[in-house]
Amino acid sequence: MSLFWEQQLADIREQLLMMSGLTERNLSLAMRALVERDDKLCDLVEAEDTTIDQLEIQIDEMVITYMATHGPIAKDCRLMLTASKISNNLERIADQATKIVRRARELNTEPLLKPLIDIPLMADIAQEMLRDSITAFVDGNNELAVEIIARDRSVDNINKQLARELTSYMIESPKTITRALNLMTISGAIERVADHATNIAEEVFYLNRGQDIRHDESMKHASSGGDPR
Amino acid sequence: MKTFASEPRMNPPETAAKTTSDVTSAETAHPTMIEVENLDFYYGQARALQEVSIRIPANKVTAFIGPSGCGKSTLLRCFNRMNDLVDVARIGAGAIKVHGVDINHPDVDVIALRRQVGMVFQKSNPFPKSIYENITYGLQIQGINDRRKLDEVVEKSLRGAALWDEVKDRLSASGMGLSGGQQQRLCIARAIAVEPSIILMDEPCSALDPIATSKVEELIQQLKGKYTIVIVTHNMQQAGRCSDETAFFYLGKLIEFSKTEKIFTNPAQKQTEDYITGRFG
Repeated sequence: MSLFWEQQLADIREQLLMMSGLTERNLSLAMRALVERDDKLCDLVEAEDTTIDQLEIQIDEMVITYMATHGPIAKDCRLMLTASKISNNLERIADQATKIVRRARELNTEPLLKPLIDIPLMADIAQEMLRDSITAFVDGNNELAVEIIARDRSVDNINKQLARELTSYMIESPKTITRALNLMTISGAIERVADHATNIAEEVFYLNRGQDIRHDESMKHASSGGDPR
Repeated sequence: MKTFASEPRMNPPETAAKTTSDVTSAETAHPTMIEVENLDFYYGQARALQEVSIRIPANKVTAFIGPSGCGKSTLLRCFNRMNDLVDVARIGAGAIKVHGVDINHPDVDVIALRRQVGMVFQKSNPFPKSIYENITYGLQIQGINDRRKLDEVVEKSLRGAALWDEVKDRLSASGMGLSGGQQQRLCIARAIAVEPSIILMDEPCSALDPIATSKVEELIQQLKGKYTIVIVTHNMQQAGRCSDETAFFYLGKLIEFSKTEKIFTNPAQKQTEDYITGRFG
């Protein structure tokens, strides 16, 4: 039998899933806008960002109302904290999607500096990290959460490698500076998306285990599928 | 045999009684004031407590939580042998030591024990006497009648119970005329007047409004440095706010005993989690 307050907890989770779905979609559209050089998709991503902002506010309102009226304890209390933090991370991911399309719009006015290979590759990893972090939340899967944290390094490495490559373009030809800087900003935005997905994975671990693994360097080196406990 | 007859106020022992068991001890290095070992307790044929072992640290607040009938109040009443007053109640096995003394030993003076182990009940129960006499009653039956001494104790106890400022101008008024919250604090003042080392509280705020509850909880915080406090409560938030250690009981068994912050953020046992989050009980 479902208690009335359990339904309220379920509503918060459901709202969070809706927000994550929209965020994933926006990020995916932002990458399509960049790769397909489509300004209309850029407009769509910017418009959707407002909806995601509103969902963040709604989730925080639901969380504060539940905390004030129910005084949640133990896992329920952790869920409140986690829901608020996950929604905050999702909102920031959506902001990164907006940042990507703003730079994409500028890039669309000029020929491509170079074929887009590394950025879509990074984006694929980051998007998968985001998708998996939400799956780990839904399934209560700590092993998956730990695996996501370890994946963040590959995104960091591609970002650094791309920054070096784009710097060499700029050194060789100052005419490329604007485009290279735009690509570096996009690369940095995707790197931030991976960071936020990592944050969500850490929150999921905390939710399930009550153990705070933020800033735990050993997690970044954990082997795939490994459980540190 | 050590008895409570001539004991002055008991201070906590110097050394810590550390245990390796997670259930019996809340992983504290604090000195133990009450030690329960494998206690079985019966009401007639019904076993109300089953092999309960727990070490209550001195000068801390320990909360007992659990659904109705789980044995928490029964255990609390064991600590000052209040269950002696129930005909069918008996200890089947195990021992309870207060400050290292087996309180069920035949040599123990029960009156002296209860002087050391004061109690505050769910419903405030001031004597139908003046506020002043409520405080001095315990001393007077001990034969203390020196007016100056009694005046001192009344002021000290009422101050200790955070009631002095509210009643100092009407000490001769009836204790029954106070508000519910004031009556409960009067009962706490009465309990501490005889200088116990332990105060047992059986749902002390269940009949109080939020403001009176807040005052009693504040008082508990002030008292804990001087007294060992054990509180039975059905209010999870109160247990979380007031106590240092929390013990969860279910069906007469001690399920989990740990630091309150641990119990209320990340309990080790699923039964504890289900109870404190309201999923059963």
